[in-house]
Amino acid sequence: MNPTDTTNRPSVSIAGVGAQPTGTSKPDAADPVMELSGVSVFYGAYEAVRDTSMPIQEKQITAMIGPSGCGKSTILRSLNRMNDLIPGARVSGAVTYHGQDLYAKDVDPIEVRRRIGMVFQKPNPFPKSIYDNVAYGPRVTGMKVSSMDDLVEKALRDAALWDEVKDKLKTSGLALSGGQQQRLCIARTIAVRPEIILMDEPCSALDPIATAKIEDLMSELSNDYTIVIVTHNMQQAARVSHYTAFFTAEVDERQERHGRLVEFSQTGKLFTNPADKRTEDYITGRFG
Amino acid sequence: MSTSTSNAGSAAGSALRRGRRRPVDSTVKVLLVAAALVSVATTIGIVIALVQPTIGFFQQVSVVEFITGTSWTPTFAQKAYGVLPLVAATLTVTGVALTIAVPLGLGSAIYLSEYANPRTRKVLKPIIELLAGVPTVVYGFVALFALNPLLQKWWPTDDGPAFQNLLIAGIAMGIMIVPTIASISEDSMAAVPRSLREGAYALASTKMQVSTRVVVPAAMSGIVAAVVLGISRAVGETMIVTIAGGLTSDRIVLNPLEGAATMTAFIANISSGDIPVGSLDYDSVFAVGALLFLITFALNAVSIRMVRRFREVYE
Repeated sequence: MNPTDTTNRPSVSIAGVGAQPTGTSKPDAADPVMELSGVSVFYGAYEAVRDTSMPIQEKQITAMIGPSGCGKSTILRSLNRMNDLIPGARVSGAVTYHGQDLYAKDVDPIEVRRRIGMVFQKPNPFPKSIYDNVAYGPRVTGMKVSSMDDLVEKALRDAALWDEVKDKLKTSGLALSGGQQQRLCIARTIAVRPEIILMDEPCSALDPIATAKIEDLMSELSNDYTIVIVTHNMQQAARVSHYTAFFTAEVDERQERHGRLVEFSQTGKLFTNPADKRTEDYITGRFG
Repeated sequence: MSTSTSNAGSAAGSALRRGRRRPVDSTVKVLLVAAALVSVATTIGIVIALVQPTIGFFQQVSVVEFITGTSWTPTFAQKAYGVLPLVAATLTVTGVALTIAVPLGLGSAIYLSEYANPRTRKVLKPIIELLAGVPTVVYGFVALFALNPLLQKWWPTDDGPAFQNLLIAGIAMGIMIVPTIASISEDSMAAVPRSLREGAYALASTKMQVSTRVVVPAAMSGIVAAVVLGISRAVGETMIVTIAGGLTSDRIVLNPLEGAATMTAFIANISSGDIPVGSLDYDSVFAVGALLFLITFALNAVSIRMVRRFREVYE
């Protein structure tokens, strides 16, 4: 836990926004931990997302919102090179992490993913025990750990799951409820101690109670981790995030849809005083 | 007005009643049931056909002698009916075959499912499956006249493999069952959801780790089924062992460089000879056949158990 970060953080509540007068797309803060400059993602010849530039601030929650097909998940997956797994996917522009271009030739995607973890839309625990799910990452990455039991316990505690599973660590992760499975996936991700956690609509398969638990957990985790979350749910972005990027889909002259970043700003500002008409239409429900 | 509507209503209702029969439908059903019954009836028929001569055999030879005797010489002047030499040869050949087929089959399955790009896989998989269509008599002759001379030539010591031997039969049989193991294992690996692979990659796994630590365990039930099916095929395989495996059965042969008769090779050999129906030799064929049937049956039962035990539900 790092108390200094909590105090510096911009207010999450919409009411607190006026107190944070900052630029629309370049909020204050020190050097961002990640930066996208002119990033486009292609699937074969098709350009799925065009020309995205935005920072990811350290130990903050950055939300990506927008209608379906706006490319927000595609951009998220370009942040830890998960797009590499899709044949024909290609990224142009620069995604930098502490100044290092993630797509440079000599960058090892495995190392990228060790530092930048990911939680998926549908909980995807391995068909293994709860314990083995959490220990998987440390084992495959060859982490030197003095006690795997302690590491597993810590990760499960940090994911707010320990009390519910401590007596059944040997049972299958698939025996848990959906919300518990998702927290198990979060525990599994933080067990390798990444710096950044990417979450791709982590609550869309969960009921409201499980969603609330994950949201609380995200706020808790942002003391130690940088989080980027893609969500369909505007209220969720407003509740949990410090920065929000609004994407939309544009149709070009050849009737092809391309995702596009419309506005990036502090969350409070984007929701109360959006700079772009399209953002306003979306957040007020006139579109999407 | 109201009467006309009710009339129209009852007309619509009566249209639902069974008016005409559909003879084609019921005929098709009878044919399909008959088709299913043929295989059931065949199985029952085999069991019945096995039982009578087997009982006849055990009226003259004790069960204890059959399962503990170490010499099988029904065609010799000095007759002995201990089935162990045949069982030992079957196990040896099967062991050699699995040593070849499990690594090759699993390796090909992992390559096809995890490493090969879709185009390569589309070409390679049918080619591997084609291997399963090669007649076993071809494998037998290739083993005997192509592989074995090579093996004898390259053998470092003087006491190399015999003209017919269990090693060469096992190798040929191993290659024969590679497609079975590869194809079924690959199917079950391909059925592992993509989301599991993504989860593993997101935890900084290498491709090898994703394959061996996530995909293979998740596909274990299918892989076990594939291997057991491979064992069943190996135990029941006849042509290769008859041609290339040798015929010794008067003692237990454990050295795979020597030839020996498996259960199936014995049956094939003696059946092609001239034996009188109802004689002890004739009955002995059925006793060995019954044992073979029991072993295959047990293997199937084990495989069903294993598949259930290893089944890992993904969702």
